[in-house]
Amino acid sequence: MTAPRTLFDKIWDHHLVSAPSEPGMPATLYVDLHLLHEVTSPQAFAEIEERGLAVRRPRQCLATMDHSTPTDPGMNLVRLAGRDAAGAAQLTRLAENCARHGIPLLPLGDARQGIVHVIGPELGVTQPGMTIVCGDSHTSTHGAFGALAFGIGTSEVAHVLATQCLLQNRPLTYEIAVDGRLPAGVTAKDLILTVIGELGIDGGTGAVFEYRGEAVAALDMEERMTVCNMSIEGGARAGLIAPDETTFRYLAGRPGAPRGESWDAAVEAWRRLPTDAGAAFDRSVRFDGSSFAPRITFGTNPGQSIAVDGTIPDPSAFDEQVRIGVEKSLRYMDLEAGRPLLGHKIDVVFLGSCTNSRLSDLRAAAAVLAGRRVAPGVRMLVVPGSEPVRRQAEAEGLARVFTEAGAEWRQAGCSMCLAMNGDRLEPGQYAVSTSNRNFEGRQGPGGRTFLASPLTAAASAVAGAIADPREMMA
Amino acid sequence: MRQFTQLHGRAVVLPVPNVDTDQIIPARYLKATTKTGLGAGLFAGWRYRADGSPDPAFLLNRPEAEGAEVLVAGDNFGCGSSREHAVWALLDQGFRAVLAPRFADIFRNNAAKNGLLTVELDRDTWQEMVQRLEAQPDAPVSIDLERERLGFAGGPEVSFSLDPFARHCLLTGLDPLAYLLAQEAQLDAYEAAHPPRVDTLAAEGEAR
Ligand code: SF4
Repeated sequence: MTAPRTLFDKIWDHHLVSAPSEPGMPATLYVDLHLLHEVTSPQAFAEIEERGLAVRRPRQCLATMDHSTPTDPGMNLVRLAGRDAAGAAQLTRLAENCARHGIPLLPLGDARQGIVHVIGPELGVTQPGMTIVCGDSHTSTHGAFGALAFGIGTSEVAHVLATQCLLQNRPLTYEIAVDGRLPAGVTAKDLILTVIGELGIDGGTGAVFEYRGEAVAALDMEERMTVCNMSIEGGARAGLIAPDETTFRYLAGRPGAPRGESWDAAVEAWRRLPTDAGAAFDRSVRFDGSSFAPRITFGTNPGQSIAVDGTIPDPSAFDEQVRIGVEKSLRYMDLEAGRPLLGHKIDVVFLGSCTNSRLSDLRAAAAVLAGRRVAPGVRMLVVPGSEPVRRQAEAEGLARVFTEAGAEWRQAGCSMCLAMNGDRLEPGQYAVSTSNRNFEGRQGPGGRTFLASPLTAAASAVAGAIADPREMMA
Repeated sequence: MRQFTQLHGRAVVLPVPNVDTDQIIPARYLKATTKTGLGAGLFAGWRYRADGSPDPAFLLNRPEAEGAEVLVAGDNFGCGSSREHAVWALLDQGFRAVLAPRFADIFRNNAAKNGLLTVELDRDTWQEMVQRLEAQPDAPVSIDLERERLGFAGGPEVSFSLDPFARHCLLTGLDPLAYLLAQEAQLDAYEAAHPPRVDTLAAEGEAR
């Protein structure tokens, strides 16, 4: 009998091309799936080409355009060139690189284009037990399927292009257990914001999180993706959730998933992945999910959050390093300690990003907005995570709900999650955003972000100020 | 890869915790398709005023920052986005080493691939260094990677320790990609035993 192993251990062991040659040296880890986008790949292609190297496994790579892409309806590369030459050049470069190396690409204008972390699962190429990397920190999203998925830098993108491998030091594994059931109005986004708020944004440095417990098992795949997506905001490079029937149901029949006998064999192997009873974690943290509330950030990092009906903490309550950070955040946000956030006026609501732009997120927000209107003076952008999500939302009538409420309905892309594609906050504006980062200027120079769930975002859009979604739910 | 053995120079101090890579270089500078020239975007949100002129109060714009090769940063430096542009921007500005109590994982990895030294200091050493250099901004700093020793402001040397592989790469200039390419035989064996789990071309075709 082998010793009990964690889900992480099983994936790691299976992908070792070579173990560390001596202590302190990195292992060589095989990569099953390499996702690419326009921003972090051009220098990597240049690097391998300068060395005369080929892409080793182009059919284990998949590229899309998402970060620099405009989301105005009807936008394409030609029109973009007239408005943003550098952005268009970057997209063109990706198309050329993919064509030259035989890498499948879902470009701007393609019916399947979307945010890289939305399309992988949607196509069924994200599967349990895999190793998945991308030059993007939110690659952790794919861990929702029980895949070891993490973000890498551009130098490492070049490594994977050339060798399909990465040099890695073995990380620690932390168990993040959330017991109980989440109350009504409390979502996966609130769960992960609460966890990060408790552990701190560097609580997971050097570690991989495995999310467990009743509240996690009860989440559907899209909610699990929201949780794993933000692992990096807790400092962990990856987050994992054990695959189960929910996972298999989601994957069955997707274009990239195995079929027929291979499907049966795959599911059988996937069933062996979950952490064995008695396997040891380097650290275990337990939460009671039934005590969670809708959560919102008040500061300039995703760990600075409170219950939506709570009050902004007093910086002097923290030790010195934290205090400096909180004071700086409150100065940037122009907020006062001791005050509530409820009722704080906002200018913009952004519903989108790889954290919360999937169908269930849009449905949740539409349920709040149906029969209501976005408050006068508030701009609300609704940006689906992928073109398939956009089409489905239109077919279901969700897009109508948004436009009739006075929101803007856009094309798929990263949009206002990061300010590099034309969608951004103006200096001084306050936004409630369903994205993952409230860093200074992240959504536009001088812009100020409150991170929250799609429910809280929709309720706040209606109120024109930060609102508690539980009060607008039937 | 650029080698690093020793450094004798000056440092600038930015003891703010959790400086994320969006602060190190904002997304609007990421449309570059090369690694050069990114220094102009370094700390852009703090460095320039709304009209685009340099803010004289920000440390990088002060005369004593001119020519500094060491950045003494706060805890969890480089958190957030994986953008390697953050490392390229620091190098482009002339930095060769960053010292902090702790770094975010991806930033530390990216630095190691580009010859930018990252040293994690224990909190007391870091605290003392910050205090001394704030009192005496032009004080000399020396780093000896071979001996893993750090000296500052004429005080006694302190030791530090680096990840052995990163240290080896920095000292010898060994390029990690070359190191990987040398494992061709193991890689062939692995691939022979493990058929690909996905075929993205087929998946893409099917989804059309
Ligand atoms: S939506 Fe935001 S966080 Fe997600 S990949 Fe795009 S830019 Fe990154």
